[in-house]
Amino acid sequence: MENLKNLLEQGKQAVETAVDVKALDDVRVQYLGKKGELTQLLKGLGKLSAEERPAAGALINEAKDALQFALDTRKSALEAAALSAKLASETLDVTLPGRRDELGGLHPVTKTMQRIEAFFGSIGYTVAEGPEIEDDYHNFEALNIPAHHPARAMHDTFYFDAHTLLRTHTSPVQVRTMESKAPPIRIICPGRVYRCDYDQTHSPMFHQVEGLLIDKNISFADLKGTLEQFLREFFEEDVKVRFRPSYFPFTEPSIEVDIDRGDGKWLEVLGCGMVHPKVFEYSGIDPEEYTGFAFGMGVERLAMLRYGVNDLRLFFENDLRFLKQFS
Amino acid sequence: MKFSEQWLREWVNPSLDTQALSDQLSLAGLEVDDVIGVAGDFSGVVVAQIIYAQPHPNADKLQVCQVSDGTDTFQIVCGAANARAGLKTALARVGACLPGDFKIKAAKLRQVESFGMLCAEDELGLSDDHAGIMELPEDAPLGLNLRDYLNLDDQIIDVDLTPNRGDCLSIVGMAREVGVLNQLPVKTLDTPAIPAQSNEVFPVELVSPEDCPRYVGRVLRGINPQATTPAWMASKLARSGIRCIDPVVDVTNYVLLELGQPMHAFDLSKLEGRILVRKAEQGETIRLLDGSDATLNDDTLVIADDKGALAIAGIMGGESSSVTETTTDIFLESAFFQPLSIVGRARNYGLHTDSSHRFERGVDWQQQVRAIERATQLLLDIVGGQPGPVIEAVSVEHLPLQPVVRLRHDRVDAMLAMAMPADVIEDILARLGMTLTSDVEREWSVSVPSYRFDITLEVDLIEEIARVYGYDNLPVRTPMAQLPLPPIPEAKVAVSRLRQHLISRGYQEAITYSFIEIGLAKQFDPEHEPLALANPISAEMAVMRTTLWPGLMKAVLYNQNRQQTRIRLFETGQRFISSDAGLTQQNVVAGVIVGNRDAEGWTAGKDKVDFFDLKGDVESLLGLGGQGAQFSFVASQHPALHPGQTAAIELQGQVVGYIGALHPQLVHELDVSSAAFLFEIDLDAALSGRLSRYVALSKFPEMRRDLSLVVDQAVSFSTVKAIVAKTAGEFLKNMRLFDMYQGQGIEAGRKSLALGLTWQHPSRTLTDEEINNSVNAVVSALSQECGASLRD
Repeated sequence: MENLKNLLEQGKQAVETAVDVKALDDVRVQYLGKKGELTQLLKGLGKLSAEERPAAGALINEAKDALQFALDTRKSALEAAALSAKLASETLDVTLPGRRDELGGLHPVTKTMQRIEAFFGSIGYTVAEGPEIEDDYHNFEALNIPAHHPARAMHDTFYFDAHTLLRTHTSPVQVRTMESKAPPIRIICPGRVYRCDYDQTHSPMFHQVEGLLIDKNISFADLKGTLEQFLREFFEEDVKVRFRPSYFPFTEPSIEVDIDRGDGKWLEVLGCGMVHPKVFEYSGIDPEEYTGFAFGMGVERLAMLRYGVNDLRLFFENDLRFLKQFS
Repeated sequence: MKFSEQWLREWVNPSLDTQALSDQLSLAGLEVDDVIGVAGDFSGVVVAQIIYAQPHPNADKLQVCQVSDGTDTFQIVCGAANARAGLKTALARVGACLPGDFKIKAAKLRQVESFGMLCAEDELGLSDDHAGIMELPEDAPLGLNLRDYLNLDDQIIDVDLTPNRGDCLSIVGMAREVGVLNQLPVKTLDTPAIPAQSNEVFPVELVSPEDCPRYVGRVLRGINPQATTPAWMASKLARSGIRCIDPVVDVTNYVLLELGQPMHAFDLSKLEGRILVRKAEQGETIRLLDGSDATLNDDTLVIADDKGALAIAGIMGGESSSVTETTTDIFLESAFFQPLSIVGRARNYGLHTDSSHRFERGVDWQQQVRAIERATQLLLDIVGGQPGPVIEAVSVEHLPLQPVVRLRHDRVDAMLAMAMPADVIEDILARLGMTLTSDVEREWSVSVPSYRFDITLEVDLIEEIARVYGYDNLPVRTPMAQLPLPPIPEAKVAVSRLRQHLISRGYQEAITYSFIEIGLAKQFDPEHEPLALANPISAEMAVMRTTLWPGLMKAVLYNQNRQQTRIRLFETGQRFISSDAGLTQQNVVAGVIVGNRDAEGWTAGKDKVDFFDLKGDVESLLGLGGQGAQFSFVASQHPALHPGQTAAIELQGQVVGYIGALHPQLVHELDVSSAAFLFEIDLDAALSGRLSRYVALSKFPEMRRDLSLVVDQAVSFSTVKAIVAKTAGEFLKNMRLFDMYQGQGIEAGRKSLALGLTWQHPSRTLTDEEINNSVNAVVSALSQECGASLRD
């Protein structure tokens, strides 16, 4: 039994020095395998007397269990070490940029238009669109701007022939809506418009969003309320809003709206007014029964104020360095 | 309209400072554009006279002057060439302060002492004139503060009047408005009839009374051609931006500014027979006052004599009958021309005058006699002469009607959402010159004065009430509305969704001009004649685009020239196709990709984009509506695209767009740095979709077989796909192309296609035999119909 003790010590020694799971398994086979040294001792029990056998057997099994425990412990340790090593070897620089496609972005004009559409859409206005090449009737005549009206000089118009032109505002869409739909009408008309004028503050093409609300009992007060709220929400500021009398042939009274964003300077941001009874008559709506208001705003102008853009021409150069600032 | 604030205040003088007055005007709808001081900020400058001037001992260009301010004499060194003995000029004495906080001190210039400075106009902020020191009239009183002498404590107010307010294009009109706003009386101008000193009249005949219902004239003989315009008048004209010409013209201009009545003076000796107010003969010519020649249309009213046209009525006089420095006898005109007879005409001849500006908007049709009396009085004061009687040719039936407008109090209250007191309404309208009568409870009949051409309807009166009451004083509320739900068609993709999709695939939205250069239009789309603008702003913006590609490619080039190597742009907008059938304005979505496939990065490849990058984007776009499979790509041709890399995009057999590589010839001509790929699709088609519909899921396994085929390169994948779809049986669920190869190991001119086919039955497991039969059917059909062989 002295031998058993030595054998166990040797086995434990071998377990401790096994460098990996494979070597450890070799140790197991050497001692605990079918022909392992401890297994052989069990097999040699037959040579012992029946009295000695149980005690010897118990001792051997005890030694086997002890060795097995050492093996298991060592194995766990080795596996844990191997896992740690593997994980360590798999370490990434997580600060490297991810694999990705670059995002594009909306043009600031579209972004602004969508924002305006969202405000009015949420209070029941629907978007109406129409042709950009218009006839004289829808762009002028039906808006109470007869031929030779001095107001036509305010619209430097691009013509194709005497009766065909590029719309100077999106108001023709309002006319087309009034022609085809009975009140109540709540629409906004976003889109491109054209004026024959080009300098630092004028572009021959720009964008407008116009709105039209026609219903019974619509008053000047409703117009003021709608636009005041819109301007405050659009700029997300408590802007001061001022309503100033103006003149458009298609509205009466006509108003220009100025805002002051806290620097004491009034900036003109939109034009509006109560729909002129003649415009109603052109479109077959009874001005005694219905009243309404219309408003129109230059999208580029609002975008410039909102985003601090100082040159109108930037909007149409499509310089990626400019456009990406709005993504 | 520009005018002197002091001139206005001679008529009505509210206790408001300049700023408050400007704000008040703006908030009444007479928008003040600018307020400019007539002089810079200076003090201590007086009228003085040079007693004598002698050369400076040490400097060629300087003079040493002895200058008197009437009390003291100062030695002043001056560099102006016009400094001379006897000249009255502006002296800034020691202690004076000039614009820019420039203080005048005693100084030594080249060893000679100088006690002050003689001033040029620019040094006092009067003008840009630096030609010499100011030359004041001989009668200028010595020692008088220059600001007082020249009346310099004045501002020029520039009001940007809307076209409906022709009645404010005069001092009298502005004063009336200021009076209304401040509830102040306005000065009245007496224009007594000037008695005739002769019986001489020059006859006037209204040939076209519907255009000119009133023409008032007067002969004035024996005026002094040497007379000069008085300083007070010259300065008022100058502050309204009108140059002095000669006393006669200056007086007519003065009356135009004061009363808003354009007038004209003819040289009587140049007139023949009589004045005819008639339409021009088509092609009749006239040399105008500005020296230009105009060929007239027959829609233009002229003032003519028996020889021919003397003036374009209400627009500009002619040269031949104009007043000159030798004129001694004149014929004065004060007429009313109908706005519609004048409007647009000046523009047609490239003209715009103070006169046409007023007549187009409407001149008070009752003031012609008053204006001619006023002008006569001023002329007698300045140039003398013997006036003849005033003659008036008038066609009463053609004069404008004085509208009487019904005003309902309820309507006022409803429109303004408040109870406006009746006395406020009556007060505002009366102050505006209207006459109110009331026969019905809560209603008025309002008679509109002859100078208001903008008031014909009840709303026009409500606007006046609101305007004078103050827009900012009116109530505010939020509209009440009935709110039915709007339709939201689920099968249609929203444009915003489409834009967002392209953005997430790396596209930047562009907005390019709808009008382009004709050359560029032809390069991209020679088959459509673009619609040309009659009045383009430039050659670069002359024709309407028939495709969005030229604009997008210009944007590509713009960015390429700014070192951008990876460009992906899209745009939505209209294109304009005119044909015999008419004009089509079609909404399209278009895009372009150029440069590297991947944004530069440590994981990115360096490959350039190709056709299939764009096609993948387009396929995913068309898939948004859930019916991507309905679109097909058919090899096709487009003039702007590479002949071998172009597909027409079809939906239900209709071409709805194109995709392809920009034609190498265009790549070269435009100088694009690398291949560009473009698409353009009808927006409605791209946004079309279907409503989802559930199909029962099969519980039985899918069976897959892979086929590796070799076909001629000319055989398109869509052909193969169609044969497979036709022959693989009804339970084919899916077919994928998982490899495409040509090159080593494959015969030249052939390509290998690897297909993965999947079958599934809804209610049972398919047998191997069934699948094998399907595969055999597919293989044999492919072999027969497109010469496919199985790859070894």
